Amino acid sequence: MKLFGHRLTIPAAIGLAIVAINVIAALGAPILAPFPEAEVVGDAWAEADATYWLGLDNLGRDIFSRLLYGARMSIGLSLLITMLSFALGIVMGFTAAIAKGWVDTLLSRGVDLMLAMPTLIFAFVVLSVLGTDIPVLIVTLAILDSVKVFRLARSLAVGISALEYVEVAKLRGERLPWIITREILPNAMAPLIAEFGLRFTFAFLFVAALSFLGLGIQPPAADWGSMVRDYREVIALDVPAPFYPAGAIALMTIGVNFVVDWMLSIHASSHGRRA
Amino acid sequence: MIRLIALRLAFGAMTLWAASVLIFAGTEILPGDLATALLQNSATPENVAELRERLGLNRPALVRYGEWLGHAAVGDLGTSLSNERPVASELAPRLRNTLFLAVFAASIAVPLAVILGLLAAIWEGSLFDRGVNMITLMTISVPEYLVGYLLVKYLAVQWDLFPALANVTQDMELGERLYFSFLPMVTLVLVVVAHMMRMTRASVLAIMASPYVEMAFLKGLSKSRVVIRHAFPNALAPIISVIALNLAYLVVGVVVVEAVFVYPGLGQLMVDAVSKHDLPVVQACGLLFASAFILLNLMADVMGILSNPRLRKPR
Repeated sequence: MKLFGHRLTIPAAIGLAIVAINVIAALGAPILAPFPEAEVVGDAWAEADATYWLGLDNLGRDIFSRLLYGARMSIGLSLLITMLSFALGIVMGFTAAIAKGWVDTLLSRGVDLMLAMPTLIFAFVVLSVLGTDIPVLIVTLAILDSVKVFRLARSLAVGISALEYVEVAKLRGERLPWIITREILPNAMAPLIAEFGLRFTFAFLFVAALSFLGLGIQPPAADWGSMVRDYREVIALDVPAPFYPAGAIALMTIGVNFVVDWMLSIHASSHGRRA
Repeated sequence: MIRLIALRLAFGAMTLWAASVLIFAGTEILPGDLATALLQNSATPENVAELRERLGLNRPALVRYGEWLGHAAVGDLGTSLSNERPVASELAPRLRNTLFLAVFAASIAVPLAVILGLLAAIWEGSLFDRGVNMITLMTISVPEYLVGYLLVKYLAVQWDLFPALANVTQDMELGERLYFSFLPMVTLVLVVVAHMMRMTRASVLAIMASPYVEMAFLKGLSKSRVVIRHAFPNALAPIISVIALNLAYLVVGVVVVEAVFVYPGLGQLMVDAVSKHDLPVVQACGLLFASAFILLNLMADVMGILSNPRLRKPR
């Protein structure tokens, strides 16, 4: 099987299937879910049967429905964070690479400083002051993550802007926005897309971990991290409930990692052929 | 070489100072108001003004930063907002517990990772190599709490080998302590071993491609001897730096693992403080975590310089 003209490896196919199923679950949650996410439909911890496919949770809500809505929240939120962090990181990184001089020095030193601190601790300090609203969460994590995008975007842009065609565009008298969007960005696309996958899994695991710690998405909204938190008391009983959301998080991460691995190998091999 | 190390140490000290500024500034630059956040529903203008006065929030930020840092330097970390007790006395036992867990995990994880990495490099491409590769790829993707709860489900609940909750206390004997913190330790080990092992394998294999290794083979030496005596010492610098980086990760990963096993460590304390907006505690914990992280990174660089002659001269 081929995709975009490249042979699909078995792990890549598995990864794509996992991602596709999760995206369908996230997009189709309101249609696919048999019950609303916050509706109490029976007794707490009722066992799985034909109506409630995975049983009911601590308040008697349908776990399967909550998993679907949770996909929407967990994946959607991480996607938003990653997109925002890329927008920020790419703009700053390209600006630093092209402007050079004190702008570059200032941004790079600032980024080095941010990287010298653990992200989780930074997030804690911010969340303790601002509280844990979803917009706060998105902006905080996006800014913390954009620091890592900055590094890659800057080094890519430094490499590309030294090439002849950028020089030609400059001599032609093109303006900076044109050079960035038409000369640099298309040529930096492949590594940036692979990085997008990696940063997505990072944001995804990070949001899930925060929710698991009770500092992320607040109830009654369903999200995989807080579902693990809500269901953890029954770990000692023989209820598999906590493993559904935790497994979903692991599966999604593994799926994206497989796809990213495949994209990186394409990128590496196509470069090899050209050389 | 000494100049290079001194330079790196100076940079580390600067980073540490900058981290303290950032942790403190978090409360100043951010648009939220601490007093309002603390009072939540009862945040009438009078209440807010009174609390701001009591917390000293009306004085200039620079003055308060100087005070905070000066006091922190002599071990006075302020008083907790939620229970009015001195932060330092709250922190000390928690810090000891977290360090105990981290050292326990590191003492198992580091030798294990290096040995597994070396074996995978010696038997490159074998079933063992591929198997270890697959397993470590999985443990990298799997969140800590899934690993933790799986361990609890099987080792604690099903087979009843270890306690599910690692509620260690101060008066426990060492043996008992090790027993109670066994499951959190295993979880941490599983999470960090993957990266360290893969990096060990990759660095050794990178060295294996060099001419002097080929020479050693041509002399008729056995593969394990070439790997251990010839390749490994030269792969040491990247391995040491990856180990230190992962130990730094351990310091942070410990937060989630502590939550899984209800282990009374620094991470739990910080998470509680964040949800209660207990700023002095958050700042103190943040400062400790950041210092540990920065120090380990610093150690990684210094050991890297010491172990690799090529790094001793500035480029």
